[in-house]
Amino acid sequence: MNTPGSLTYVYAVTHRTGPLGEALAGLHGIGQTPLRLLPLTAETEPAPSTSLASLAFVASDVPEQDFNETALKNHFEDLDWLEHVARTHHDVVQAVAARAPVLPLRMATVYQDDHRARQALAAQQDVFSQRLDQLRAHTEYGVKIYLTPEATQPPAAAPAPAASPGKAYLQARRAQRHSRDAVYQQAEQAAETLETIASRHATQRVRHAPQRGELTGPEENVVNDAYLIPDDQARPFQAAIADAAQHYPDLRIEVTGPWAPYSFAMPAAGPTDAPEPPP
Amino acid sequence: MTEPLPGRPGSFASRAPMPYGQSSTSSLADILERVLDKGIVIAGDIRINLLDIELLTIKLRILIASVDKAKEMGIDWWEHDPSLSSRHTGSPLEQENRRLRAELDALRGRLEPGAYDEEEVPGEEQGGRPAGRRRKSPP
Repeated sequence: MNTPGSLTYVYAVTHRTGPLGEALAGLHGIGQTPLRLLPLTAETEPAPSTSLASLAFVASDVPEQDFNETALKNHFEDLDWLEHVARTHHDVVQAVAARAPVLPLRMATVYQDDHRARQALAAQQDVFSQRLDQLRAHTEYGVKIYLTPEATQPPAAAPAPAASPGKAYLQARRAQRHSRDAVYQQAEQAAETLETIASRHATQRVRHAPQRGELTGPEENVVNDAYLIPDDQARPFQAAIADAAQHYPDLRIEVTGPWAPYSFAMPAAGPTDAPEPPP
Repeated sequence: MTEPLPGRPGSFASRAPMPYGQSSTSSLADILERVLDKGIVIAGDIRINLLDIELLTIKLRILIASVDKAKEMGIDWWEHDPSLSSRHTGSPLEQENRRLRAELDALRGRLEPGAYDEEEVPGEEQGGRPAGRRRKSPP
């Protein structure tokens, strides 16, 4: 199946269904290559009846010279490349998630050929199958709380004219600290409230580290959680969060998603996914 | 700043409306966080998947998350996660122990080579000898 000089890149584990196969035919993977389903059994056989046998990778060919070990290491230093591949990987995962249960795979999971990929799928088919069943009809949503820049700045009021420069500076610092403290307090309260609300709708939660690197904006992210929401709860969940958010004018509360269940792909014991050695 | 890359999936995005969010509307930080730091890790043939995962995670943190800030907020789950905490540094006591051992080794190295050969058996310095089982005790 592989073209010469190419490797097999796998995006996700899913169940092979007719509609999914049709949808994939109209989509592309990294480098505009066609996507294919890579089932456990040979593709010529009729669609299997058991859910275990219908397991499949969503895969595409990628050029060997871009995805060998050395090239990958170099590419990971290149944010443009990283963004392109990450977004494509994500688009494929989301497209599949819209049509079938999905376990997203870590970006840049690459095999020498389809045969090796199939072996990997076979080796963990029970785990994958079980997890897919657990995640069926569930979707991941993110809840993020930001302090708005205005909220963390002291009021721009000029210091009292009588104060000496040193005193004025100290007063300004104190005002700044007070306003920061108040905002943090509000954020803490909001975090608790949102957690309570979300827990009424969610089946699982994981807490990610707040985002605050060069890729993030000027707002301070203080909460970055992910919730696994049953599909019939998605709307009430979003509405309840949006409603609660109105009570916190100094915060920006953002719901992201729907996401394929990236943060819940592995069972709850390992939400931060310790690498699993192949059996 | 960003050159168009060959095969950027522009046409892909516009082809069919998708119920799931388009990546163009999601922030790059959110996407990288998920595709690089979450999702299932399985051993691929290309070794970056497992060997460099820690490196990737660290790089990702630099791009996305501020470790200091998270600590300040009392969120430090990765410190207790052996797959994330770098090189399994262990408790402060273990760290100090390791540092002292290294120092001891360095000091020994300055002494005449062989000065300890008579007393040291490789590996034995780790356990500490139970009294009464000294090798050199008279029978």
